[in-house]
Amino acid sequence: MQTELTREYREAGSDRRGMPRGLGRRWDAGVHEGVSDPAERRATGLGWFSIALGLAATLAPGLLAERIGAGRGPKKRATTFAVGIREIVTGAGILAGVGRPIWLWARVAGDLMDLALLGRSLRSRRANHPKLLANMASVAGVLALDAITAAQLSRRERREQRTPGRIHVRKAITVNREPEEVYRFWHDLQNLPRFMENIDSIRVANGRSRWRARGPVGIPLEWDAEMVHDRPNELLGWRSLEGSDVLSSGIVEIAPASGRRGTVVRVDLSYHAPARRIANTITKLFGQDPGTQLENDLRRFKQLLETGEVIHSDASIHRGRHPARPPTQKELEAIR
Amino acid sequence: MRANCWERSGKVRVQNVPDPVILNSRDAIVKITSTAICGSDLHLFNGFVPTMESGDILGHEFMGEVVEVGKGVKNLSVGDRVVVPFPIACGACGMCTTGMFSVCENSNPNAWMAEKLWGHAPSGIFGYSHLTGGFAGGQAEYARVPFADVGPLKVPPELSDEQVLFLSDILPTGYMGADMCSIKGGDVIAVWGAGPVGQFAIASALMLGAERVIAIDRFPYRLEMARDRAGATDIINYEEVDVQEALLDLTGGRGPDACIDAVGLEAHGHGPVYAYDRTKQALKLESDRPLALRQAIRACRNGGIVSVIGVYGGFIDKFPMGSVMNRSLTIKTGQCHVHRYLKPLLDRIQRGDIDPSFVITHRMSLEDAPRGYDMFRHKRDNCEKVVLKA
Repeated sequence: MQTELTREYREAGSDRRGMPRGLGRRWDAGVHEGVSDPAERRATGLGWFSIALGLAATLAPGLLAERIGAGRGPKKRATTFAVGIREIVTGAGILAGVGRPIWLWARVAGDLMDLALLGRSLRSRRANHPKLLANMASVAGVLALDAITAAQLSRRERREQRTPGRIHVRKAITVNREPEEVYRFWHDLQNLPRFMENIDSIRVANGRSRWRARGPVGIPLEWDAEMVHDRPNELLGWRSLEGSDVLSSGIVEIAPASGRRGTVVRVDLSYHAPARRIANTITKLFGQDPGTQLENDLRRFKQLLETGEVIHSDASIHRGRHPARPPTQKELEAIR
Repeated sequence: MRANCWERSGKVRVQNVPDPVILNSRDAIVKITSTAICGSDLHLFNGFVPTMESGDILGHEFMGEVVEVGKGVKNLSVGDRVVVPFPIACGACGMCTTGMFSVCENSNPNAWMAEKLWGHAPSGIFGYSHLTGGFAGGQAEYARVPFADVGPLKVPPELSDEQVLFLSDILPTGYMGADMCSIKGGDVIAVWGAGPVGQFAIASALMLGAERVIAIDRFPYRLEMARDRAGATDIINYEEVDVQEALLDLTGGRGPDACIDAVGLEAHGHGPVYAYDRTKQALKLESDRPLALRQAIRACRNGGIVSVIGVYGGFIDKFPMGSVMNRSLTIKTGQCHVHRYLKPLLDRIQRGDIDPSFVITHRMSLEDAPRGYDMFRHKRDNCEKVVLKA
């Protein structure tokens, strides 16, 4: 796990030339959330295919039954219509729940059912046998495609479930201060808890730092980290020590904004914990949207540098929702 | 203290709430002497702005006396009489330092919420939903004013509350509407909406050198005020005449040089287009009804400017982009950067160029705020502007 994190950390932090990523020209969305993979794209295609087939089967069931060689008759029409409804439902399911394997497995079951139906039609004297066999071959082909896609999505889902607490976020903000000042502020890691909501404290001693985060139910997480990059006014990087419970790394890139309109700060954070219990705590710590979490942290960092403190509103001083009105004495004591 | 709080759509109530306290070192606490109900408060009242919470203190037009300052405020002292700008601005970020105070990058603690809706976040605003920070408003006895060293303007004792109160929002907002029209001598300006902001847009357009200013509304009493008090040279009642026809006639077929939309998201109108927008808005298929904006765009002369100071919240439908593009129009807009205009407009008030108190039709106590909202919303008793005395 340590090696995997190290690799991830290297990838996140730099490209082949050892330059911090982000200083290059190309914006790489790969490290961000929600990039579709080939299996997902294929699933979407199959979803649309389902809907198209379903529409044909429900709008013109008689015509379709004849075309596939199943023959005529009210029974054939009814079966084709039912198959059409099934196709529309599975198609809509695939498109609505992109990335969920369950609907793809439903398609696999549907294909098997279709094969059985077509096979039964073979026994009918009115059926067009060569046509039926050709259609059975194409259904078998689609079945293979469905099964492969479903298996890929299932595997991905299992993999994701196996690794909770793997957080990787990257955000940038522009601060109306010189790079030197920005660097100095981040270089003193003890400043971080002033704007990072999840971090309780960071103590620095002998070139190492001890990080303490408070879990949502009060279970504290602790780990030790060391600086691995330190280029004055340009780059800072830290990483948790070998064997820590929490594998964490951070990269901060500092560069003048275009036209020297302030300083751009890009932050790349990774958290991961091999132990499931700790991993779950990390997941909770970052909530539903780790990207927004880091964005808000960076905004507070900007407020500290530009205005000297973190700005509060009557609502924002409370955890959770609160009307925009001053706090009661009791609420105030709870905050302070 | 007593404060006027939003309870739900269509319902506000004056309640007992805790007194404000200093939360940041650059805060001041102001004891409010005068506060007002703004047209944009009606958008909150009517439930067109998302992220309101039951119990939110409303109000963003207020002034009063400083009763406490944080240790970071050096330019104000207890006893100072100040007007407070409605946008909260830090004065130090990239936007503030270029004069764009209403899009301050630091003053909105709920920036992430606004980003989800608008892509980027504007500044914090007093009493104006949680999208703009969740700050308690000024329809109350006291208010906490963040960045008090940047926003509040000290006002001289010889000017009355009513003369300077509107520096907090509607006077600079109307003035910015005219300022964005880049008025040159001889220009003809049309102003949609003869509410308080529209009145000040009309007066400002004249102060900035417009030759003719045309006011458009549906309430005769508002049009009369526009003509008799703000100085509009022509008035159009859109319930009586076709606006486009009337403007073509008044401008010799060319159209106004600039058009100001001082109406915003709850525009009225008539005919099938109005019915269409009402229906879509009711079904939540569009958040805003842009009837005035569409009209302003179509009416504007080729190469002219459409200046939008009426408030919009989300999404509009049937936006005539073809008219904008093919006719070289320029659209300028924004929540007012009040801080920019405070001193120049105070000077104008002192010089006697304008006495903003002419828009006030109703004065009542803070306790009567719910009645004030109701009157203003239904335009009862020729209501133009309600000032509340705390």
